[in-house]
Amino acid sequence: MRQATFALPTVLALLGAAGLFAALLGDGWWDALAWLGLGLPAVLGVWPLWPRRG
Amino acid sequence: MHSRTIRRWSVIHTWSSLVCTLFLLMLALTGLPLIFHHELEHLLGEAPQLRELPADSPRLDLQQLVEAAERARPHEVVQYLGWEADEPNGVVTIMAATAGTEPNSSHTFMLDARSGEAVAMPAANGGFMMLMLRLHVDMFAGLPGKLLLALMGILFVLAIISGVVLYAPFMRRLPFAAVRRDKSTRLRWLDLHNLIGIVTLTWALVVGVTGVISATADLLIEAWRNDTLAAMVAPYRNAPPLTQRAPASDLLQIASQAAPGMQADFIAFPGTRFSSAHHYAVFMVGSTHLTAHLWTPVLIDAQTLAVTAVGTRPWYMDALAMSQPLHFGDYGGRPMQILWAVLDVLTIIVLGSGLYLWWVRRRAPRAALRDEVVA
Repeated sequence: MRQATFALPTVLALLGAAGLFAALLGDGWWDALAWLGLGLPAVLGVWPLWPRRG
Repeated sequence: MHSRTIRRWSVIHTWSSLVCTLFLLMLALTGLPLIFHHELEHLLGEAPQLRELPADSPRLDLQQLVEAAERARPHEVVQYLGWEADEPNGVVTIMAATAGTEPNSSHTFMLDARSGEAVAMPAANGGFMMLMLRLHVDMFAGLPGKLLLALMGILFVLAIISGVVLYAPFMRRLPFAAVRRDKSTRLRWLDLHNLIGIVTLTWALVVGVTGVISATADLLIEAWRNDTLAAMVAPYRNAPPLTQRAPASDLLQIASQAAPGMQADFIAFPGTRFSSAHHYAVFMVGSTHLTAHLWTPVLIDAQTLAVTAVGTRPWYMDALAMSQPLHFGDYGGRPMQILWAVLDVLTIIVLGSGLYLWWVRRRAPRAALRDEVVA
């Protein structure tokens, strides 16, 4: 299922792009959108590297 | 996807990444401290420290600052004066033996706009941060170094695109973010490589592309000099060399009248590469978030102080200007810097795991490899 494979990555990529450009446009909510857009990939990237028990 | 198509993309991915990986690792490692260069300079005691003066201390005019600079470094001339938002009482001053001296041979310091006192900016002239910056920008090899890094950046972008294409066959049967921990170490790292690679995709692409644009800055500035600037100073083509320069005192007022609603970012003195031999060039920026990055030069005749041209901005100079924040991540506050650092480290992990996967794959029998792509 090609569509399903790329569904979530596409959402993440678009949010990331929105975040990158949002912080260029203003402070406050614009910054918050940027932190969300880049925060999600950061968390999803770090999460599987975190050592876990069992 | 046809297995032959997969193999072709796989070859593209393998070789574009292999060629650029060592350079990219160097760029990611040197880029990490650069994200926090401001904070690190404070920590290392290398940030300029202005004296405490009463808030209503009068300020010197620009010509007095130029003379203070010339007293501080008697055998040099001022190339640029610039302003920084977080030190309103200081003026960043760049001097060199001649106006045309190349940037790496210039000396940068700060002038106290109230007393004219010269304050050192060690990080701008040498030391650890400068080492990181030079390695990151040109590996101490000048234009050829920058162009080599630009080429590596293009390969990096190619590696990202081919990686996305390959993501489909590798992840077709797996749910998003699946990491097969109970299988082999190689499969575990393959899944991690794919997962981290795909989630950091947009960021890596943007930092890669803006890095390539920044690496070609010298060429873009040269193009700007040859078309936009040359057209603006065309009437001066046969003018005799400048002998008498009018004082710089009123440059800021003159420029803000010519470009209302904008603020000065820096002044290029006559003979530097951001000006002509006959002009002061005041580079103005807009007052909105977005336009604060975009430069509009105001050319002022250095003898008569008449405004001779207000520059239009060619698209490639705007692209260069916008590449700076998008590459350095210094435009969204401290959380943005931290995210930049995390994504940078994740990129190092993608690069490292890619190298590892290539290494073990070389030695594995072909049949075993077919299991990776779940047919």
